[in-house]
Amino acid sequence: MRGGSPGGGASDATRARVEEAIEDLWRSDWSRLVALVIGQFARPDLAEDAVADAFASAARTWPRDGVPTNPVAWVLTAARRRVLDALRSEAVHRRKEPLMVVDEGLRHDAAAAVDPGAHLADETLRLLFSCCHPALAPEARVALTLRFVVGLDVPEIARLLLVQETTLQARITRAKKRLAAAGIPFAPPPPERMPERLGTVAVVLYLLFTAGYQPTRGAAPLRVDVAERAISLTRALDAAVPGSDLVHALLALMLLQHSRRDARTDDDGRLVLLADQDRTRWHADEVVEALRLLDAVRPGAGQAEEYRLQALVAAEHARASSSADTRWDVVADLYGRLEQLTGSAVVRLARAVAVAEAHGAEAGLALLDGLDDALPRSHRVPVVRGELLARTGAVAEAHAELSRALDRVTNEAEREHLRRRLSELDARTGFDAGAGLDEGAG
Amino acid sequence: MRFVVLIAQDEEVWRRADEAERAGYYTAHEAFETAVREAGGTVESSEALRSVTAATTYRRRGTEELVTDGPFAELAEQLGGFYVLDMPDLDAVVAAVRHLPEYTLEIRPVAEL
Repeated sequence: MRGGSPGGGASDATRARVEEAIEDLWRSDWSRLVALVIGQFARPDLAEDAVADAFASAARTWPRDGVPTNPVAWVLTAARRRVLDALRSEAVHRRKEPLMVVDEGLRHDAAAAVDPGAHLADETLRLLFSCCHPALAPEARVALTLRFVVGLDVPEIARLLLVQETTLQARITRAKKRLAAAGIPFAPPPPERMPERLGTVAVVLYLLFTAGYQPTRGAAPLRVDVAERAISLTRALDAAVPGSDLVHALLALMLLQHSRRDARTDDDGRLVLLADQDRTRWHADEVVEALRLLDAVRPGAGQAEEYRLQALVAAEHARASSSADTRWDVVADLYGRLEQLTGSAVVRLARAVAVAEAHGAEAGLALLDGLDDALPRSHRVPVVRGELLARTGAVAEAHAELSRALDRVTNEAEREHLRRRLSELDARTGFDAGAGLDEGAG
Repeated sequence: MRFVVLIAQDEEVWRRADEAERAGYYTAHEAFETAVREAGGTVESSEALRSVTAATTYRRRGTEELVTDGPFAELAEQLGGFYVLDMPDLDAVVAAVRHLPEYTLEIRPVAEL
C-alpha cells in the first residue's frame, strides 16, 4: 500500500500505519530473516545487526515512500546489503573471519530466497537449535535466543534477565563470535542426539517463558508477549519432533501458567497472587488443551518428569474453583516428589506453602528450616515464614520476617504488597490469616 | 572445517595402566579414527607426546631468554597428544571423540589464515 504524501511530509495516520506494519513484520519475520541472512553468509556475528539496521532504515524511509509491495523482501534485501558492506570493509583489512558451519545447499537456497516466507519452513528451528547449542554457555543460550530468535533488543533482554546492559552486550558479542568460530553447525541435530538437544532447548524455552512473567525492576508490567513467543516456539518444536513427552509436558506447563495471564495483574497493573486471582478470567480453552496433553505424558525421569510434576501442580490449581477448594494434599505430595527429583530449595519453599495449606501452618514452618542458608538473598523465604507465623498468631515474629523480606525486594509491586501486609499486621484489624501466601508456581 | 583436538590426561593414569588397559586405549583410538572417517572426515595428523618430564619451556622477553625444564604450567592434567582433523562441524567432532578413552579434550578450530 502506498501511503506517502509528496514532499516527504507523512501524515500522522500514515506514520502510525507504517509503524504498525513494521512492528507486525518484526514479530512475524524477524527470526526467519536473521536465519536467512546467516544461511547465506554464515556470519551470525553480522546477521542480526544487519536485520536490525534494515528495520531501522524501513522505519526511516517507509513513512516517506510508503510501505513496499513486498515488505519482507525489501527488508531482506536491505539486510543483505548491510552484510555485504561489512564484508567489504573487512576485506580492506585483509582479515579472515571464521564462518559458521552452513551446509552448501542451504547457503545456495538462502542466497536465492526472495521472500523468506516461501522458503525453508524450519529456519526458525535451525536458529533455535544453534542458539541453544551445548557448546555455548547456558546464560549465553538464553540471551542469544532472545536476541536472534525472538528479536528483543539488548536493553529489553537485560531487563528480562535482570543483568546489566553492558554485561549482557558483552555476553551476546562473545556468544555471536563463538557461534561463528567454534564450528557449531547451523542445523538441527541428527536424530540420535535429538533427545539430549531437546532437553537443552527446552531449558531455554522455559527460561524464556518465565522471564516473560518475571516482574522486573521497577513497576514494569509482565511481558506476556515473550511468554507467548516461548509457547509458539515450543509448538513449532512439537511439530518438528512429534511425540516427545518432554515437549508435551513443557507445553502443558506453559499453557497452564499462561492461561492465568489476564488474572495476574489488576486494573492498576499490580500483581495478584494466585489465591486472590479471579479464576473466571483464566483461559479455559488453554487449560483444556494442557490437561489433554498432560494426560498423555507418561511418568518418567529427569527433566521431562520435572516438567510433568510442575504441570500437574498447575493442573490442580486449574481444576480448583478457588484457592480453598484446591486439593492441597495432592499439591503437597507433588511438590514432595519434585523436591526428591531436583533437590531444589525453591521447590522446598513451594512445598512448605502447600503443606501449610493442607496440614496447618506449623507443619509448613517446619519445612522452612535451613532454607535461609540455601536461598540467602531470596525475599520469598521470609515472606512465607512471616505469613505462616502470622497464622499461628506470632504477630511480632511475623512482622520481623516481613520487614526482612522488604529489605530484599526490588520490584515495586511486590514492595507495595509487603508494605500493605506490614501495616495490616500493625493495625491487627481486618487481619486475614489466609491472605498473602502464594505457592510460587504463579 | 579443520580442528585440532588437544588431549590432556593425568600422566599417572597412563603410567599405572597395565598391558590390557593400554590395549584398550589403542582400540579406542582406532574406533575414534574409524568414526572420523565414517562422518566423512579425515585425520590429517596425530601424535602422542612423551611425558612432561621431557618438556622444555622457552620464553623470550626482549633480549632476555629463559629456558626451563617442564611444561607451560604444572597442572594435574597435561597435554599428552593431539589430532588434526578435517570434519564437517563441531557436532561431528564431539560425536567422534566419544570413542576416545576418558581424557579431557580441548577442541579448537584451526585459524585458516
